[in-house]
Amino acid sequence: MASASSQIMLSCKNLWKVFGARPAYYFDTAGYQIDPDGLTARLRREGHIPAVVDASFDVKRGEIFVIMGLSGSGKSTLVRCLSRLLDIEHGTMEFDGQDLAKISGPDLIEIRRRKMGMVFQSFGLMPHLTALENIAFPLKLQGVARPEREARAREMLELVELGNRGDALPSQLSGGQQQRVGIARSLSTNPDLWFLDEPFSALDPLIRRQMQDEFLRLQSQLKKTIVFITHDIMEACRLADRIALMRGGKIIQLGTPAEILLQPVDDYVSDFTAEVALTRAIRVRDLARPALGDLPEGPVVPPAAPIEVILPALASGQRQFRVEGDDSLVLDATSVLEVLKRDARHGLGPEGGRG
Amino acid sequence: MTAVWGNRQYRIWTGLLLLSVLLVVLAQHVPLFKSFPAWLVLDLSTWLNSVISALFETLRPLGMLLSTLAEMPLAGIRSLLAWAPWPATSLLVILVALYAGGLRLALFAAVALGMVVVMGYWPKAMNTLALVIISVPVAVSIGFALGALAHRLPKIRPAMIALLDVMQTWPAFGYLIPLLILFGFGPTAGLTASVIFSVPPMVRNTLVGLSDVPPAIVESALMAGARPRQLFWQAMVPTAMPQLLVGVNQTTMASLSMVIIIAIIGGFNDLGWEVLSAMRAAELGRSLGAGLVIVLIAVLLDRITRGFAERGGRAISGGVLRAGMVIALILAVLLSGYDLLPGDQAQRLLRRIDGWLLDFVAWSAPVFAVLRNAITYGVMLPMRIGFSGSASPMVWGFALTPAITAAYVLVAVALALILGRRKPMRGIVTGFAALLFWTGLPAFPWPGVFAVIGVATWQKGGAGLFALAMAGLGLAGLSGLWVPMMQSIYLAAVAVLICFVIGGALGVLAAENDRFSAILRPISDTLQTLPQFVFLIPALMLFKVGEFTALIAIALYAVVPPIRYVEHGLRNVRPDLVEAGVQMGATPWQLLWQVKLPLARSSVLLGLNQTIMAALSMLVIAALVGTRELGQQVYVALSKADAGAGLIAGAIITAIALISDRLLRRRVSN
Ligand SMILES: Nc1ncnc2c1ncn2[C@@H]1O[C@H](COP(=O)(O)OP(=O)(O)O)[C@@H](O)[C@H]1O
Ligand SMILES: [Mg+2]
Repeated sequence: MASASSQIMLSCKNLWKVFGARPAYYFDTAGYQIDPDGLTARLRREGHIPAVVDASFDVKRGEIFVIMGLSGSGKSTLVRCLSRLLDIEHGTMEFDGQDLAKISGPDLIEIRRRKMGMVFQSFGLMPHLTALENIAFPLKLQGVARPEREARAREMLELVELGNRGDALPSQLSGGQQQRVGIARSLSTNPDLWFLDEPFSALDPLIRRQMQDEFLRLQSQLKKTIVFITHDIMEACRLADRIALMRGGKIIQLGTPAEILLQPVDDYVSDFTAEVALTRAIRVRDLARPALGDLPEGPVVPPAAPIEVILPALASGQRQFRVEGDDSLVLDATSVLEVLKRDARHGLGPEGGRG
Repeated sequence: MTAVWGNRQYRIWTGLLLLSVLLVVLAQHVPLFKSFPAWLVLDLSTWLNSVISALFETLRPLGMLLSTLAEMPLAGIRSLLAWAPWPATSLLVILVALYAGGLRLALFAAVALGMVVVMGYWPKAMNTLALVIISVPVAVSIGFALGALAHRLPKIRPAMIALLDVMQTWPAFGYLIPLLILFGFGPTAGLTASVIFSVPPMVRNTLVGLSDVPPAIVESALMAGARPRQLFWQAMVPTAMPQLLVGVNQTTMASLSMVIIIAIIGGFNDLGWEVLSAMRAAELGRSLGAGLVIVLIAVLLDRITRGFAERGGRAISGGVLRAGMVIALILAVLLSGYDLLPGDQAQRLLRRIDGWLLDFVAWSAPVFAVLRNAITYGVMLPMRIGFSGSASPMVWGFALTPAITAAYVLVAVALALILGRRKPMRGIVTGFAALLFWTGLPAFPWPGVFAVIGVATWQKGGAGLFALAMAGLGLAGLSGLWVPMMQSIYLAAVAVLICFVIGGALGVLAAENDRFSAILRPISDTLQTLPQFVFLIPALMLFKVGEFTALIAIALYAVVPPIRYVEHGLRNVRPDLVEAGVQMGATPWQLLWQVKLPLARSSVLLGLNQTIMAALSMLVIAALVGTRELGQQVYVALSKADAGAGLIAGAIITAIALISDRLLRRRVSN
């Protein structure tokens, strides 16, 4: 199992975070087993807000782990616990072999300087610094000399395609541009673990889409380990390798986008995903099965493409598709038709979602 | 809320009203209820004096050390400003104005400084400036440190804010004597007073600025790996900088205001002294000239510091500024030693103006006499000696017969009952108003004052405020200052009333009319930046020494808040509600009184609060032109070097200010 565990960058077990007058009081259990539902109810009754309830999950190296949920479900709180901006009440967090919950003071600062980066919904840019200076800010805090840190910052500016706006102040940039600066800043120290708390939620839908593409492009280049927060299920499905769906502080389902969409654990989850047009959200690789017997035939489709791209061929009678890069896989028309039926039930034609 | 403000509330206040009526009736026959009993008066000030002199004599060496430390740089800056020829200094100031506010401000600076030179006030203006240059950095540093501390330790915030309120409302004249005892005769005592008075705005703005730093900025700095110190200095302070600069602006203006007031100590040959001595000598032209110079300098300082706060300067590049500074320095060296100041023609001219001004005053006297008589007989006297006092052949031309008394009682009761039918509180308020109008404010029976204030403070602010109120009233009574205290309340009340009627009307007009608002705004702006002292000049010129003149000076100073807050409140009424009113067919008048003003209530109340604060803080200054209240007590104590008496009278004024502030402020929590 050693190789498997080194595949895991961040491992969280039974995390709790409670806001209120005296949260510590409830976790002084000394050996007692915590009953999550009972404790949650009691906390609410007694005027506390259980913002993260018994959360356990692993984030694998190089994956995009999306935490999704409605506003107020505890996503930001959870990610702030992971980045240690908040202290947890209970649970363990193991980061790269270290006990993250116990680290504090200079060691924590050191981890943040070298290993973590974070992007904020409201950007968090220093209003008095130019774009370039903002990006160089983390390096400046570390005492990196000016020429060196500015060279690095320029590199980052190029990376987010803002090469010519380095001298602009945040107030002179559009929302999308500001968030590019935020992204460049969080990457300037080349962190291993990258937190993004609703980075695109403050942006217009069109820009948001563009930024998502940018983000995927960046990730294909950088291969970071990413914890990405969003309340937008479409965004989650586009970006995620795995999704943790939160409700009232609890993670109620954890799995790949296809698992969440096709096998919702309860009505809440299926209601949550009802609006999603599966033909767009489900990807070829999610439905592809190992080919039995003969080598599969038919047109070749990329594994990451949404299944809507094969609909025209399907309509013209094609029954089988081959998956690009893996000859042993096949995409069968019946499984695609299942998905189409589900969309039709929810009134979502192949043309796309409602509204 | 309705439950609390329900029947019990009415019963308590009706009871208080009946008690007060009873006291008023009894006071006719029982002197104990009329005036605070003399046998209760203690000689507090003598006792306090002995404590102060003992304490401060021991602290004297420390005081001497501090005053040496303060006076060395002061002497340095003073001689530097005296040495630098005016063209060089002016060039420097104009450049800074250009940098901070652009061409228009630079032009204004040039004209203003030119006038200072031509009018012959340059050396005095430089002396005033030297005091400001010393006191502002000290006040800004202390204020910033205290603000940062209060931000860091939320627990001490309430205590800190209370301390700031005290610092801002305790009249400086009241603690000048102890400071003089401590620091010896010299500018340090005055500088200290100026620092005490000008620290609070810096603290408040620092606290607001740091608290308003967006959490995302703090978090992003933390995630970038900032150490605590880096977080504070590299993320929070720069982000809060615009607010900090607003603090610098307010601190500078407060400092200038106080520097001019404390000229009363004398011996520094500055602008404040110039105004004061001119006023004492009844030289109108000279005091007007010096007053104008103070106004110019105040506006200049305000616009420059505000330019930095609003735009961070940068109208020209820093390089140009530095080059200009070098040129100014070279100019200073080249020109030093030559006497470039104009002779005293302008001063002589100002003296000549005296004659013209006197003519003008004599010529306009009838007009102002009408105003004076109207306000004296219509507002001041009734509020001071009440209906019962005013209804005499000497004042109103008729005597107080039993029939008139009966008619008054009848009308008052009827009015209270009618108004109180739907809203009982209105009836109760009417009852109190009628009673006050009968006795006059100062003659309201003192146990009644204790009872009413006691209940009000207890209900609004709890035990703490109640204790403060009882301590304040008790102190006034025990120290024999009951009557002056009531006189202070009366004078401030009249001023606030006048300000609210005039300022409120102006505010309504400004809210309805953009053109009028645009005209009024720079006037309000300027009035608010002017040092308090300046307001005495026109009042004194037109009305000679006396309580009425003091009233005018107070009203001039305190008229801006109602204009501001009424306009602001009316303009910020939710437009959909106004539209709803219009849609229902409200006339403009109905719209104003039944929709907009009720909705603007909290802003109007805030304006009332600010007006009261301004009026109270002006009391002591206005005492210079002759009043009979606590301000006068403070002033007299100052001239008699009676530290104890000054402190006591000052403390009572502070208590009045704090209590009225807390009573008017909206209840923060239930
Ligand atoms: N500092 C705080 N103090 C008290 N309650 C908080 C605080 N931060 C968040 N909460 C509460 O915790 C819950 C989760 O909030 P948050 O994590 O911000 O949700 P999300 O990011 O999913 O919208 C909410 O009910 C919120 O009101
Ligand atoms: Mg959030």
